[in-house]
Amino acid sequence: MTTIHINGQSEPLVARTVAELIAEKSDIPAGHGLAVAVNGKLVRRADWAVTALEPGDAVEIVRAMQGG
Amino acid sequence: MRQADPLVIAGQSFTSRLLLGTAGYPNRQVMLDALAASGAEIATASIRRVSLQGYEESLVELLGNRVRLLPNTAGCQTAREAVLTAELAREALETNWVKLEVIGDRELLYPDVAELIVATEELVAKGFVVLPYCNDDPVTCRRLADLGAAAVMPLGAPIGSGLGILNPHLIELICARVGVPVVLDAGIGTASDAALAMELGCAAVLLNTAVSKARDPVRMAAAMRAGVEAGHSARLAGRIPKRRDAEASSPQFGLVGT
Repeated sequence: MTTIHINGQSEPLVARTVAELIAEKSDIPAGHGLAVAVNGKLVRRADWAVTALEPGDAVEIVRAMQGG
Repeated sequence: MRQADPLVIAGQSFTSRLLLGTAGYPNRQVMLDALAASGAEIATASIRRVSLQGYEESLVELLGNRVRLLPNTAGCQTAREAVLTAELAREALETNWVKLEVIGDRELLYPDVAELIVATEELVAKGFVVLPYCNDDPVTCRRLADLGAAAVMPLGAPIGSGLGILNPHLIELICARVGVPVVLDAGIGTASDAALAMELGCAAVLLNTAVSKARDPVRMAAAMRAGVEAGHSARLAGRIPKRRDAEASSPQFGLVGT
């Protein structure tokens, strides 16, 4: 199966790398202010372009929101 | 009156001793106005999944150049979750500061001390400036400081309860016995609570709901600012000892009719 889990939702896996996924999912230029984890591990911004996505990966894309 | 001495955490100086949360305001403008009225230089933020459904306003764009954003790990229940959230926060906000929350009870939002200690140790080792939200327990606070926490942030009462400082004696003991700044976090209901925290020896106060859910958040933000400043000044000025009996303040000589 070629699906991927993004923020808890299953989707077809299209993007080949984290960088491609961010470009596809976010209208924020260069993903500024975002952070990404794949399978529970942080992927640093510098590694987005070289981090390949595999079927079944669980990706978290987060940002700062209101908080106390 | 303005205090002369700055708040210093991890070598960074701040004029304001009030840290303000950014959640739960009636709208964005009220939040901005409340932040301005509070004088806070540090505002807390959470780290949450982005919406995949389209544009959301960025807290960073809104506040990034007004205040220093302090990310929290709110909602985390294990050290593992909290450490990952802190790492995501560092990446998203380009800050190594983190308000560390590890919650052990969803209803009480009470800290899980065992997990908090593990997470503090791990994050300090990873180079974070760790500000743990913790119990009003002198032993826990000292332990966290020994592990390298840059400050300790004991609760006055459960988060969002507005019950004030339920155990002032313990807060005072923590301030006297822990060698890092003590930031009273959670439970503040009104300005006198914030003043009391400072009178007890706290270095700063962190609050959110007491302002964001007040009838007039902007006015309450100004009141909190005044309360923190008054309490800090009173602490520095030194309160008089309490006594059992009265002591006349007017002269005891030259009384009429003697």
